[in-house]
Amino acid sequence: MPHPLAWCHEQLILMHANANVGHLGGNLSCIDAIYHTFGILRPNDRFILSKGHSAGALYVVLAAYHIIPSAWLETFHRDNTNLPGHPPANTIDAIPFATGSLGHGLSLAAGFALSQRMRNTTQRTFCLTSDGEWQEGSTWEALIFLCHHKLSNLTILIDNNGWQGFGSTTHVASMHDLVEKLSAFAVEITSVDGHDATAVTHALQQQSHAPRCIILNTTKGRGLPGLADTLQSHYLPPTPAQVAQALSYLHGEQ
Amino acid sequence: MRKELCSALTHISADPSMVFFTGDLGFMALEPLQAVMAERFINAGVAEQNMMSVAAAFAHDRWNVWCYSIASFCVMRPFEMIRNDICLHNLPVKLIGNGGGYGYGVMGPSHHAVEDYGVLLTLPHIHVYIPAFDEDVAAVIAAANHRQGPSYIRLGRGERPHDYAVPVYAPWRQLVRGDNGIVIVTGPIAGMVWQHCATLPDTQRPDVWVVSELPLDANTIPDAVWHRMARKQSVVVVEEHVSHGGLGQMVAFVAAVRGLHLPHFHAMAAGGLSLGVYGSQAFLRTQSALTATALLAHLGVHDEQ
Repeated sequence: MPHPLAWCHEQLILMHANANVGHLGGNLSCIDAIYHTFGILRPNDRFILSKGHSAGALYVVLAAYHIIPSAWLETFHRDNTNLPGHPPANTIDAIPFATGSLGHGLSLAAGFALSQRMRNTTQRTFCLTSDGEWQEGSTWEALIFLCHHKLSNLTILIDNNGWQGFGSTTHVASMHDLVEKLSAFAVEITSVDGHDATAVTHALQQQSHAPRCIILNTTKGRGLPGLADTLQSHYLPPTPAQVAQALSYLHGEQ
Repeated sequence: MRKELCSALTHISADPSMVFFTGDLGFMALEPLQAVMAERFINAGVAEQNMMSVAAAFAHDRWNVWCYSIASFCVMRPFEMIRNDICLHNLPVKLIGNGGGYGYGVMGPSHHAVEDYGVLLTLPHIHVYIPAFDEDVAAVIAAANHRQGPSYIRLGRGERPHDYAVPVYAPWRQLVRGDNGIVIVTGPIAGMVWQHCATLPDTQRPDVWVVSELPLDANTIPDAVWHRMARKQSVVVVEEHVSHGGLGQMVAFVAAVRGLHLPHFHAMAAGGLSLGVYGSQAFLRTQSALTATALLAHLGVHDEQ
């Protein structure tokens, strides 16, 4: 049996190949973090995927944790599916909101976090954003709000893969150094290798009296030969040769 | 209607699940509500997009959620959050927009909301309440409070004519009885219509109905309204909203679907956002021909007032 995370990678690649769709690069950069986050979630905790274009990674992780049937993955991106290209509405309890338009998720997460604090629960909320998403003004509105309310039950994860829709984040609308910008707010920031299981899990388990932000330094399209760390991996579906190479690489890595 | 709003919300604020968000507005009006709700009264700051998504999450967590701002800021800036986070998920967030239509007058077009309910009614599940009179606000708040889906409450300034008693709140209410066609009006401008139609001679006086909930549902339009529209007399619709997506188009649509021919149909609507001139609400209504003179002309009545 492959390691469940390796199974997730394999399913993710095959799912996108079978559906002949892109967005695989941004899925591969964050799938590890999603997997590790679900590994530490308690029953009432919530996860918000603000970068909804990584829905495929979320779906395979939900299947790996038996939250949705694995058979659903075969329907990904097809007619009459429960698993569209961006998260569905009103379909899966573990997906409370149909994200996909960037700049919504952090406010939704802040709402959950404040709601639960006002109810004196121990529920935690985790929100995964992209790096390019921090160009959305609403994300900063959310940051102001969650800092003002000192939402220490909220953890922000940022998939810092350096690429966005039509270029690198540095060349399109640079916020370098994003950590420096975020440091101006009352959040506790940790930077980790987003593909290092130990580091990510350790960062997720830290507690704080302030909202937490984990910068996941990641590689877009990681594991896709010739496509890793490229803009192409944002859009292009993998070719059969790339799939074969990726799976071979994956199996060799185990 | 802000004071009536504050009073009505204060009345239901004992509900411990109720939470009220404001986009940093409510000075000299909502302080009593703030005092009784304490931490459940949340000033979300000048950040309407965030406020709507936060509100959606609270509603998902089964709080009784109310969101307040100036009507244009309540609807336009955070429209996608209302669309994706609230309406798509059919969450019972109650949006309250103050100053519908040209309510903010000479404050300028950034503050006008003449497209609000037309835009919102393109979204799934949402229901719009438009109180016409100050006396309606408590009933509207009570109705929205029990609604399962999203709501938008468009507030204005009540214009009830002196010496007239407002009928008990209902989505459709008849204000005037007559035999010279029908006037269907929504919002506080109903006061102007009421005043000018009620005093007409018997032969010139129309039926006047005020509508306070949208979208129109053909099944809940009173039979008396259908009968009047079927008589091929004047049918005049009055609203402080642009004609696109407005009540006039809704009336014409339901009539067409029912196979009614309205040979004397007139839609009196706001001229829009870009009138090119600035002034009070009354001035902007005049610029839009939302006047008693225009109304009476549509009814074939010579204006001697």
